[in-house]
Amino acid sequence: MNAPQHGMTLAEKILSRASGLERVVPGQIVEGRVDLAMMHEQGAQTVAPFQQMGADHVWDPERVVIAIDHWVPASTEGAAVIHRILRKFAAQYHLPHFYDVGRHGICHQVLAEDGWVVPGDLAVGTDSHTNMLGAMGAVAAGVGPTELAAVLALGRLWLKAPPTIKINVRGKLGPGITSKDLTLRIVGEVTTSGATYKSIEFTGPTIDALSMSERFTLCNMTTEMGAKCGMIAPDQKTFDYLEKTAKHAMHPLRADADARYERVLDIDVDGMPPMVACPYSPDNVRPLPDVVKEHVKVDQVFLGSCTNARIDDLREGARLMKGLKVHAGVRFIVSPASTAIYQQCLHEGIIDIFTEAGAVFTNSSCSACFGGNMGILAPDEVCASSSNRNFPGRMGAKEARIYLMSPAATVATAVKGEIADPRELG
Amino acid sequence: MQDVIRGKVWTLGDNIDTDGIISGKYLTVLDPAELRKHVFEIALPGFAEAAQKGDIVVAGRNFACGSSREAAPQALRAVGVGAVLADSFARIFYRNCINLGVPAIEVDGVRRVFENGDPARIEMSAGRIVNERTQAEIRFPPIPPHLLELLEVGGLVEKVRLELLQSRGAAPA
Repeated sequence: MNAPQHGMTLAEKILSRASGLERVVPGQIVEGRVDLAMMHEQGAQTVAPFQQMGADHVWDPERVVIAIDHWVPASTEGAAVIHRILRKFAAQYHLPHFYDVGRHGICHQVLAEDGWVVPGDLAVGTDSHTNMLGAMGAVAAGVGPTELAAVLALGRLWLKAPPTIKINVRGKLGPGITSKDLTLRIVGEVTTSGATYKSIEFTGPTIDALSMSERFTLCNMTTEMGAKCGMIAPDQKTFDYLEKTAKHAMHPLRADADARYERVLDIDVDGMPPMVACPYSPDNVRPLPDVVKEHVKVDQVFLGSCTNARIDDLREGARLMKGLKVHAGVRFIVSPASTAIYQQCLHEGIIDIFTEAGAVFTNSSCSACFGGNMGILAPDEVCASSSNRNFPGRMGAKEARIYLMSPAATVATAVKGEIADPRELG
Repeated sequence: MQDVIRGKVWTLGDNIDTDGIISGKYLTVLDPAELRKHVFEIALPGFAEAAQKGDIVVAGRNFACGSSREAAPQALRAVGVGAVLADSFARIFYRNCINLGVPAIEVDGVRRVFENGDPARIEMSAGRIVNERTQAEIRFPPIPPHLLELLEVGGLVEKVRLELLQSRGAAPA
């Protein structure tokens, strides 16, 4: 057999492992064994196809997680029906890992916290932001509920091995500049279609220096670039994060030094200002100080979502918020990404700080992010949000305008009543 | 799936996201007939009322980006669209369409071939899309065999059903 002419990217390595092949090349169709399958409310639409397929059991109940998060507790009759469908399905097919009301959290966050996705995995979920788990050094991708039914029946799915864009980041994030600002800058450069069908691999000293939580933010929004998956090779931080929780064996992989990339993007963050994505697209990104000058008044501010509602986001938010008040006429909604984070906020006094300031601190859920549950915007309202999408109608009325920013910037904006730079609060 | 698909064209622009196809507020709706009433409510108001079975959707770049909601292709399937054509698709939507047996064809430049309301003819095996008003045409690369197989059996549910039957040693029903 001829020796390979060049090495493999991280995604190619992981897909080789999943498909039992020595190597894969971009464009090749492979059948990958799935290490973890996740369903949220959209999984209710998995049930009928699963039964129509004639499957009599789920391939491996230990590899299936159900996590409801969009309407928790059920806020409409429709949501209640969906939750009941999922509960019955879990009971009927003996699926023990159900994050039901009371131990719920945003699906990607509970997968991360409880070690359901580990280095080398191929993971799929019914939510588009499943990409977030790529921060574990895994291929994690969103699929539709019918596709997930096939995965539950067979334990595998077909994938076209994607070409990889390498994004190499160097420099030091300045005071008050976060991984969200870096993420938005990258989405702005790559655009919402620039990585469609592709894998994104983040490397470089700035990425090495990021915490796991910050890496989740970055990989989460590879979805906004159209990417099939986005990932960071595992390192000691990954292993430490998963030390007590990893649910199955790790297969840590790294790209080969001579891997072939479709494109390499070099980013230097030295001197980078905070960033904001303006209506109506996540790639409509501008430096925050430029937008601040336009005195954009806001009606609502949202600190939440799978992108940015982890404990470090809420701690930093509370540090800035302490002793200040939410601006009159502004609704500030804070929603932790999981029940574990909620409890941590409770113990650390973070809930007190936000509620004393006049914010509403909700239970854990997707909350205002997707315009279907709570915190819905009226026509022409303006919202500053730490979430991931600002398409027309995303958070309610199609005319409403959404600005995406870091958690720190949402707090500064809530205090000032118009889009503000968190560095003004120190 | 028919080899030649004919239908009236509805055109859309670039970067239409899935909120524009089915808004987040309808995501607890499981009945495709009910979803059908709200399809393209944001991106193409009036479509749900006027669309006919067999109509063809022709979009620009990055069609159906955003949320992974299968409600979007479900609603289009409930309309009975003949095909969805786009300069390019977001990946989850593309997979969802094929999995549901809705022909989705990606060919850069297809949007420019049509104006709203034009009659389209799609020749699947010839790999050709024709505007029957202007006679302008555009060719598309063959659909990969494994995707064609999915479309031909009517979608992923049927394909897995046959596969499971075969693995149990039974003859396909």
